[in-house]
Amino acid sequence: MQKKLVRVAIAIVAVAGLVGTAATANAGATGIKGGLKIAIMPKAVNIGYFTAWNKGATKACKEIGARCTYLGPTTATGAAQVQFINQVIQQHYNVLVISAADQNAIVPALNKARAAGITIVTSDADVDPSAAASRVTAILPASSTRIGTAEVDWIAAATGEKGSIAVLSAAATAANQNAWIAAMGPYLTQKYPNMSWVGGTVDKSVFYGNDDATTSTQQFDAILAQYPKVAGIISPTTVGVLAAAQEKKAKSATVAITGLGLPSQMAPYITDGTVLKVGLWNPIDLGYVAVYAAAEAASGTFKGTTGSSFYAGNTKATKKTYTVTAGGITYLGDPFTFDKSNIATFAAIY
Amino acid sequence: MKRAIFGWDKGILVFLVLTTIVGSFVTPYFANASNFSFVIQDIGEFMLMAIPMTFLIIAGEIDLSIGSTICLSSAALGYSYRQGIPFWLCLVIALVVGLLCGLINGILVTYFGLQSLAVTIGTLALYRGLCFVLLGNQPVNQMPLSYTDLGSNSIPHTFLPYVTILIFIFGAMGWIALHYSRLGRWTFAVGINVEAAKFSGIPVMRLKLALFAMTGLMAGVAGIVYTFRFASASPDGATGYELSVIASVLFGGVSIAGGVGTMWGVLAAVLELGVIRSVLQLINVSANTLLVVSGGLLLLSVAVPRAIEISRSRRKLVSIEKKG
Repeated sequence: MQKKLVRVAIAIVAVAGLVGTAATANAGATGIKGGLKIAIMPKAVNIGYFTAWNKGATKACKEIGARCTYLGPTTATGAAQVQFINQVIQQHYNVLVISAADQNAIVPALNKARAAGITIVTSDADVDPSAAASRVTAILPASSTRIGTAEVDWIAAATGEKGSIAVLSAAATAANQNAWIAAMGPYLTQKYPNMSWVGGTVDKSVFYGNDDATTSTQQFDAILAQYPKVAGIISPTTVGVLAAAQEKKAKSATVAITGLGLPSQMAPYITDGTVLKVGLWNPIDLGYVAVYAAAEAASGTFKGTTGSSFYAGNTKATKKTYTVTAGGITYLGDPFTFDKSNIATFAAIY
Repeated sequence: MKRAIFGWDKGILVFLVLTTIVGSFVTPYFANASNFSFVIQDIGEFMLMAIPMTFLIIAGEIDLSIGSTICLSSAALGYSYRQGIPFWLCLVIALVVGLLCGLINGILVTYFGLQSLAVTIGTLALYRGLCFVLLGNQPVNQMPLSYTDLGSNSIPHTFLPYVTILIFIFGAMGWIALHYSRLGRWTFAVGINVEAAKFSGIPVMRLKLALFAMTGLMAGVAGIVYTFRFASASPDGATGYELSVIASVLFGGVSIAGGVGTMWGVLAAVLELGVIRSVLQLINVSANTLLVVSGGLLLLSVAVPRAIEISRSRRKLVSIEKKG
């Protein structure tokens, strides 16, 4: 009798244990409404960086059972993005994950989307801090200071810590690039006294390629024409650094180049020595985490207030928790550096 | 020749009605108040700029700098606001800046006798550069909500955005001026034959100067509308707007050679391009294909009237030969 009781007790405990783990496993995937209609909007659709960003977003969408669409303008301007935000409202999407092409111009449209009940998360590029209420949270790679100072370190390594430096940026109104450039100025002066900016200060040494390949190439030539002795060019945008590397090779220039480069695009130029090293965070992660954050916010389990947290990943192995910091910003982590030693590995990923 | 283009104008109106009806059927997202409101807001600045551009092109001139003028007015508005000037005065400054830009174009074309195409390509770059000088790369935001909300909200109890009021006022003024006033008759006369116009006593230089000034002033108005719509003033605003406006005007049946066109054709054309864009977007056509479509429509607007004209004159020749 006792043995039977013990066996029944063990059976009950075992079943309870199984049910318990099953429940927790479900809780890992639940908490998110199924069938959410999610719009993924880059600054512009024809940029390789955002194709990788979308790869991550699509992966997350599949995991949470949402229907995702990748849509956006062909030119990376706020005015063009607004037309697509309107489309998202008209087509009754539940969620919008967006990389802001202009930190101010899209705010009225985002507020309209919010009023229509759409949950908004910015990823990769945020809106102006004064408009933080227009989105639940912003998923950004690392603090602006760390991204800016890392790029200065890379160019210093490439120029032997001497010479004058110029910057080939994206659009003049791009908030993320401007924040990184602002961090570069004081850091260069403080850490590399033998280096300087071509225009005297960093603000006077920035050329804008507008995330357009042709414009970036022209601006690269303009830098070389205006400052023939320039030692290094930092390009904190994947379009710019690729254009610079191509033009450097075409013109057989000697200026060092670095910046934020997509490994798959920069691999040939790192392998043949045109560029010493570039860096980037993983845009796939930015898209992936953003979709989870937005889906949880749309399901009511994540509020986006400072200190609140959300998770990304649907298995115990991949699940990670992220916490919102001041200003509603969630940081992912530090950038990777790519050089000859690891470029082949990463070029296969993104 | 006038008859063929006149037919195109009626055609545009028919086309507009057709696309609206077809649009309501192919997608459930098109025919509702909210979407119509978006479409009107989307084309607001283009409508306002198409009005003076119609006058200019009929008179045989062109202005490629309007996008940059819109940006500069907006930048002047933002810059003044940043300096602490009261907001209503900043609006006046935006209008004055637009007017000045137009006057500069006009003076270079009339008193210096330069080609308007060349002049306005130059001022396109000049005014755009001034935008960057004024604002650096710091857009101006956080303007008074009571004003900028006019850019996003609709007139109470309707689905019409506030810009509709401006479109009606300036559209009506433009229509009456072009077709029922001396200014309009002079504009057509100058466009058809500028030498004949001069000899019949029309003050050609003053007329053209006035048209360029009017264009600049309307760009100032459009600049204010633009600033309200995006609740910010940015140095890269309104890029490429000139080409869209000119395309709309040509699509509305105005001949690039001058002397021909109607205001209602142009207004219908601007609305039509907005409607087509909305319908195509809502059936998930990609942004790249949209560009191809607008280009194709523009080619049609040039080719079809010409083809009709050629076939009409051929038929005339044949009937003359038969009689003879």
